[in-house]
Amino acid sequence: MSNRRINWYKYAAPGNFYPLAGKMIPFFAVPAAILFIIGMYVGFFVAPTDFQQGESYRILFIHVPAAWMGMFLYVLMAIYAGIGWAFNARLASMMAQAISTTGAIFTFISLVTGSLWGRPAWGVWWVWDARLTSTLILMFLYIGFISLQSSIDDVRRADRAGAVLALVGVINVPIIYFSVQWWNSLHQGATITAKSFKMAPSMLAAMLIMLAACWIYSIAVVLVRVRYIIREREQEAPWLTEAVA
Amino acid sequence: MADGGGCITMDWSKFFSMGGYALYVWGSYGISFVLLAGEVLMLLKRKRNLARRENPQPATTETRLNTSLQGIQ
Repeated sequence: MSNRRINWYKYAAPGNFYPLAGKMIPFFAVPAAILFIIGMYVGFFVAPTDFQQGESYRILFIHVPAAWMGMFLYVLMAIYAGIGWAFNARLASMMAQAISTTGAIFTFISLVTGSLWGRPAWGVWWVWDARLTSTLILMFLYIGFISLQSSIDDVRRADRAGAVLALVGVINVPIIYFSVQWWNSLHQGATITAKSFKMAPSMLAAMLIMLAACWIYSIAVVLVRVRYIIREREQEAPWLTEAVA
Repeated sequence: MADGGGCITMDWSKFFSMGGYALYVWGSYGISFVLLAGEVLMLLKRKRNLARRENPQPATTETRLNTSLQGIQ
């Protein structure tokens, strides 16, 4: 055992986290941009045409990562909101708030691109099936969280109210995930599972690169946003005037 | 693209037509790009607003008022 132990609690204080987050941003923003370009290249120029869906399946390279991000970020947001509530940790609540906007954007992207994929593949823009409906509910949960937080003036009370909503809403995430197994759905089942994937390796590569790009992009924008939230909320803190100046 | 990987020049009009799904494919990527770029732009706007609030410059509002008054005269 080493004697040098990193004091993780140190970075739970907004004053210590603010400069650290600032240093981390370029290390996520630049790789995200590069991975988006590589992912698009593989998705459009390397991956072959699908024999059933033709070229329209290329929508899935953005649709599937966006849908995954919508779910991952919701769980992450709920965890942060829960920590902020249970341990009275300001920074965790600010992280939850920072994640909510990005999660809502990815969920919206998954709904719109899914609709644009469904029109040629199924012949309809929208069906009230289990997966689509539960994803729409996810979108409403994000909107509810954001508007609930902004409607309460006292920020710590707003954080607690948001945490209750976020934690109750977590039940929706497994419902989305398993909806294609539990109910008869028009939506196709999981193409990538732990044991196998039913697609060409280059298609899988494009999808995983796009997923990595979306993840790293999310980390970058959340770090940028949480810094602005810190600055907005802790305007009177003396450390802030030193850090910003 | 149909004639395999050997060709260097590719048919761009065929590429952009996306086998008849151009509207759906490019629409999807277009909307996604607009939303993500919009998110980044909103963050830049937020940064500007924060900087303005942290370092208020009353002179700028005064000069702006003066120029608008000159416009009326």
